[in-house]
Amino acid sequence: MNGIHDMGGMDGFGKVEPEANEPVFHAPWEGRVIAIMRAMGRIGAWNLDMFRDARERQPAAFYLTASYYKSWERSIETLLLSQGLASNDELEVGRSLDSAKPLNRPALTAQDVAYAIRRGSYGRPASAAALFKVGDQVRSKNLNPTSHTRLPRYARGRIGTIEIVHGYQVFPDSSALGVGDNPQWLYTVVFGGRELWGTDADPAISVSIDAFEPYLEAA
Amino acid sequence: MSHDDDHGNGSELSEMTLRVRALETILTEKGYVNPSVLDLIVETYEKKIGPHNGAKVVAKAWSDPEFKSALLADATKAANTLGYSVGDHLVAVENTPTLHNMVVCTLCSCYPSDLLGLPPVWYKSAPYRSRAVKDPRGVLKELGVSVPSGTHIRVWDSTAETRFLVLPMRPAGTDGWDEERLASLVTRDSMIGTGLAKAPEQGSP
Repeated sequence: MNGIHDMGGMDGFGKVEPEANEPVFHAPWEGRVIAIMRAMGRIGAWNLDMFRDARERQPAAFYLTASYYKSWERSIETLLLSQGLASNDELEVGRSLDSAKPLNRPALTAQDVAYAIRRGSYGRPASAAALFKVGDQVRSKNLNPTSHTRLPRYARGRIGTIEIVHGYQVFPDSSALGVGDNPQWLYTVVFGGRELWGTDADPAISVSIDAFEPYLEAA
Repeated sequence: MSHDDDHGNGSELSEMTLRVRALETILTEKGYVNPSVLDLIVETYEKKIGPHNGAKVVAKAWSDPEFKSALLADATKAANTLGYSVGDHLVAVENTPTLHNMVVCTLCSCYPSDLLGLPPVWYKSAPYRSRAVKDPRGVLKELGVSVPSGTHIRVWDSTAETRFLVLPMRPAGTDGWDEERLASLVTRDSMIGTGLAKAPEQGSP
């Protein structure tokens, strides 16, 4: 979707402001939020793309003003409701009022902590040949789905070059909808600065995205 | 920036503290999470993972050409030979005198957390995400990083499950340094590409 989360190339957000000696979490509840998100994801409550989709659907004004983990907490609530794992009444009173809907796996134990934190594996056995190879010129398609996608707006309809063929991977556009992995070939595609930002742009920059094959066509 | 923090005197808990506590209670009562396991996850994020791990990988690559080749060929595999538990699809990209790499996630916050820990707030912020792909040289200048005008800047937008680790240039004047001492020069930002490795005099003796 063409949401506010898709920020590449926008102006007006001001300076990048690093915080000196930044702590890992700014309040204890932030740590609980990420721990809950990981723990629930690992037992099959949702996948990462569904989580991203839930966050991207937040109203733009909320997305821009809520802190990162506040926005995450709201995404968890959204998914608990949409997946039928908790009710509005339960969120209101802060305790369980109903029996639990079974998930794929039981709650994580202390032995699962490293697994909970390590990134998942998104590679899948290829069932089709790759359409492109390193060095090929491609054009990113002008796609504007109202659902989740990983093709950023600034890189649509642009000509670039295939630089890396990563393999066959879970397709987020499908995974976010909960309709399965629908794996696709994944490529790093590099674009020149002037292709993206016009003739006035710095010629000595280039930008790559990781693009799934359905985002691309031969150029 | 607001972090919705507890600023009270202990007599009042913030809205977020209460909200997250309610969430945790519901999920615990339903048997979906175990609070002591959540404690361990938080502790791991706070104490175990962090840029010190990435720094060791970089220092090893600076010292051992074979390891560097392995890292550039398959960063997940190479990092895991050092005993880390890095997830799939990690790619290391090397800075040279003519090429400076910089990593961003314009869509959210994708970051090589296995080796760098959780991303700082600025990395996840609108200013960085919006500008890194359009004006990387300006962002670097603002952050006090001087990249020569002839150096090409390559920005890697992390739009899939690939994660990128920048291999910064080894500072001059560090011949004969061991890996531990070299690691003291490797900053988090140098591995994101929003900084450079420290000069020898800023490292540990």
